[in-house]
Amino acid sequence: MPAKITQDEDKLTVYLSGEIDHHSCVQIREQADTEIMKIHPKEVVLDFKDVTFMDSSGIGLVMGRYRLASSYGGVITITEASAYLKRVMRIAGLDSIVNIKQTASKEELN
Amino acid sequence: MKSENQMKVSFQSLSVNEGFARVAVASFISSLDPTAAEIADIKTAVSEAVTNCIVHAYRDTIGTITIHTKIYPNRRVVVTIKDKGCGIEDIEKAIEPLFTTLPDEERSGLGFSVMQSFTDKMRVRSKVGKGTSVVLEKILSKKAERR
Repeated sequence: MPAKITQDEDKLTVYLSGEIDHHSCVQIREQADTEIMKIHPKEVVLDFKDVTFMDSSGIGLVMGRYRLASSYGGVITITEASAYLKRVMRIAGLDSIVNIKQTASKEELN
Repeated sequence: MKSENQMKVSFQSLSVNEGFARVAVASFISSLDPTAAEIADIKTAVSEAVTNCIVHAYRDTIGTITIHTKIYPNRRVVVTIKDKGCGIEDIEKAIEPLFTTLPDEERSGLGFSVMQSFTDKMRVRSKVGKGTSVVLEKILSKKAERR
């Protein structure tokens, strides 16, 4: 499924959705990179609100965008990741290279 | 020990089947009424193993991936993911966190790390030119033990 991408001045937000695996990554990657290369936003926000599944391919996806943004001085922010997604991200130590915004997930609210 | 129930599924090493593979295993074990977290753990681990078969074992070719899922007493689930692909030369190295032979394709090198942390036990057997089998084991929580 194509990702929704919005731009607000220096901020580009990529709304990811569904299942992120090796198969679905390709399209998201191409789509996001086209916009990132065009705009060179200061901040790239990856919104995980509608992501229902992610394996290590998602880690590669975040790391790849991190490298791309870093190459021109941009930063990556992750928002709305559920407790499960954060667990996958922590295995990679993603929290040490990108800003993972703390948002109360459904599990944490219950 | 004899398994209480088992399921075997074979499919082609096409990336479009990654979703099918993890859902097939998750549906099969749903009779044990696992928690949502346990289902997510197993789906993630299976997805990593199947992706390895597609990306590495059958690189540039199409082969058959077989998943054999067995349920043992005391809610022990054993999932074996098998391919007849290229095999792994150095298993220890392959398991090392962040080790990848495909950095250009944005493979993070964390597939085995994810499998290890999302299951209770992982075993890898491989023979170069013959194939690889990954055995993932997870003991599901008993309903009475849940909060």
